[in-house]
Amino acid sequence: MADKMELRDVEVWDGNMAASQALRQVQIDVVAAYPITPSTPIVENYGNYLANGYIDGEFVMVESEHAAMSGCIGAAAAGGRVATATSSQGFALMVETLYQASGMRLPIILNVVNRALAAPLNVNGDHSDMYLGRDSGWIQFDAYNPQHAYDLNFIAFRVAEDHEIRLPAMVHQDGFLTSHTAQGVKTMDDDTAYNFVGEFKPMNDMLDLDHPVTHGVQTEEDWHFEHKARQHNDLMTKVFPKIEAAFDAFEKMTGRRYNIVETYKTEDADAVVVCMGTSVETAYEVADELRADGKKVGVIGIRVVRPWPHAQIAEALKGIKAIGALDRSSPNGTFGMLYNELAGTVVNSGEVKVLTNYVYGLGGRDLTKVHLREIYAELLANAEAGKPTTPLQQLIGVRGPKISFH
Amino acid sequence: MSEMKKIKNLKEFSTSADRFEGANLLCPGCAHSIIVREVLNATNDDLILAASTGCLEVCTAVYPYTSWDASWIHIGFENGSTAVAGAEAMYKALKRKGRLKQPDREPKFVAFGGDGASYDIGFQWISGCFERGHNMMYVVLDNEVYANTGGQRSSSTPIGASTTTAPAGRVSYGEKMHKKNMMQIMAAHGSPYVAQVAPNKWKDMVKKIQTGFATEGPVFINAMSACTTEWKFLPEDTIAISDLATDSLVFPLYEIIGGTKLNITYRPKNVIPVKDYLGAQGRFKHLFKPENKHVLDEWQARVDRDWEYLQRREEASV
Ligand SMILES: Cc1ncc(C[n+]2csc(CCOP(=O)(O)OP(=O)(O)O)c2C)c(N)n1
Ligand code: SF4
Repeated sequence: MADKMELRDVEVWDGNMAASQALRQVQIDVVAAYPITPSTPIVENYGNYLANGYIDGEFVMVESEHAAMSGCIGAAAAGGRVATATSSQGFALMVETLYQASGMRLPIILNVVNRALAAPLNVNGDHSDMYLGRDSGWIQFDAYNPQHAYDLNFIAFRVAEDHEIRLPAMVHQDGFLTSHTAQGVKTMDDDTAYNFVGEFKPMNDMLDLDHPVTHGVQTEEDWHFEHKARQHNDLMTKVFPKIEAAFDAFEKMTGRRYNIVETYKTEDADAVVVCMGTSVETAYEVADELRADGKKVGVIGIRVVRPWPHAQIAEALKGIKAIGALDRSSPNGTFGMLYNELAGTVVNSGEVKVLTNYVYGLGGRDLTKVHLREIYAELLANAEAGKPTTPLQQLIGVRGPKISFH
Repeated sequence: MSEMKKIKNLKEFSTSADRFEGANLLCPGCAHSIIVREVLNATNDDLILAASTGCLEVCTAVYPYTSWDASWIHIGFENGSTAVAGAEAMYKALKRKGRLKQPDREPKFVAFGGDGASYDIGFQWISGCFERGHNMMYVVLDNEVYANTGGQRSSSTPIGASTTTAPAGRVSYGEKMHKKNMMQIMAAHGSPYVAQVAPNKWKDMVKKIQTGFATEGPVFINAMSACTTEWKFLPEDTIAISDLATDSLVFPLYEIIGGTKLNITYRPKNVIPVKDYLGAQGRFKHLFKPENKHVLDEWQARVDRDWEYLQRREEASV
């Protein structure tokens, strides 16, 4: 039996510490991991808890991220609670296995500390890795600060391990900005935290020796489509109610409220920015300041990236005239992912909206309040004109001549 | 400790508890199925199995059917080893936490991979598993070619074989490289038990598999798997071809204990010339043209040299 750890009601934790404390409290059975900046401390901390008796699971320090997820898949199929963490190139190396984990319906939790993808090599944050995993069949939660990184892990386990769901889930946080920035994090004691997720209930576990199972079969044109369709259908129809229920239960327990789509001052807004990660909270501040000047602006933060909360976003966008989709990832030859996804939602809204794309913060570049003020000014002008008054895609805060595309 | 299963004769052996069904899509005469059956039938222990992508995997778990009556997992081409390592880690964790459903049973963990999945793309994963010392057995179904994708060369393909990516042609005798020596490489990992086996020498094979199951730590088995389709021989000749391989010493049967101690486990009464083995297979047909005589000579010299080396290693007992 692992020892309990005494926590203060509020601990000063960075996002990595917050995530690893959550893994300790749910008493992960197996972590198979490989280090990469900036997510490394998550698995280091886990090793530390193990070394000090605060956890009695198995820690498999494998030789690559591909092996890390492979080990997690084998462990999860064997029937226990499994998690790991990665970033950037490590995430990219895992991609093949991400599809295998979700296709096999294995509830693994992956903490992704978001970081740019090389080349050029860069250790700082952007959302390129998050977007790389967006079609891999995982549920994807987005944390904006260390508190969220802590809380969303519990929610992720509860949803992923639900027998009606059985899908893996990622919890994203911004590299360095969240992972290495300490803040006050409200904690739960070990028993409360564990009980929120409860004991792992295996299903089709390989270690049930009286009931052998076959995992990871071959299906061709006769069955593959049905399997993928079923997986997709479950993502589209079953996951949101479970997430809602988990958010409700979590609020009841802690008083902290999460929403699939986080709206801020949107009810009567003319213009909003839609964003993820740490930029959401910066946008809250700027919106407050602009509101004080009588400007009708708001913020929409995406909390669940997959499944894409189309209906919730459509609802949040009612009455809004101009939208800025803020993408923290290189568009590499198209609009940003968030822009494209929003466009799909907006097109059926029945209202005329002007949707523009702001690409920002690549490789850890700051998104400042000044940038956001400029963006809001453009969006308000778009709202007023009822059409784009500025280029459809702009790259914010990049040196040299302004880069924009019409 | 598991109880050692007593196996007296081939008939009894081949009809004992069937955890790998005859119902599968492998080619008639495929040695993969014989080897898998020999491995599984060597023990009464519970088994947790993995297979890498390849002929074995695509032919035995085609939804909604399965040929496996033991828990089995396939992830990808390269990571069968790590799939089993992950399951083994979970077994340890749940055992310690008292959460196993059958706490008094000790399953064995076995991964199967083709030579492509093992010598090439999955090598890093196997190396990692062996370095970390997982309690598992890794079995290579060594047919010296990527059979499932239609016969491309692998780093196990021997010199002179004609493959789809190293074909023999007007100016080429086929594969130019020598087969990678996985046995030595795996022994160098410090594996407690490494053995080369062939399905025709089933008693030798069963003994080695049982030794492997009784060994704590990662065990490596290289099983020669004659492939009727890519080696180009008739399906009914699988065992005859395998006999030629072991009796010509192309596939010497031996084991390495603790990374050093080498035992030769089969010494043919009459060693036959390598060309008898090569001549029985379509993949080497072109080597019998006069201009390719040097390859035949090189083959024989290499087999002689390797046999000499094994004997000296055995003698020296290091
Ligand atoms: C990452 C990846 N690359 C390539 C393949 C295609 N592929 C599937 S099986 C195979 C060859 C298998 O050869 P081997 O491991 O020797 O097994 P065999 O089929 O000969 O038994 C290849 C190349 C794949 N499935 N995954
Ligand atoms: S191609 Fe070769 S290895 Fe594959 S099933 Fe046929 S005989 Fe067996």
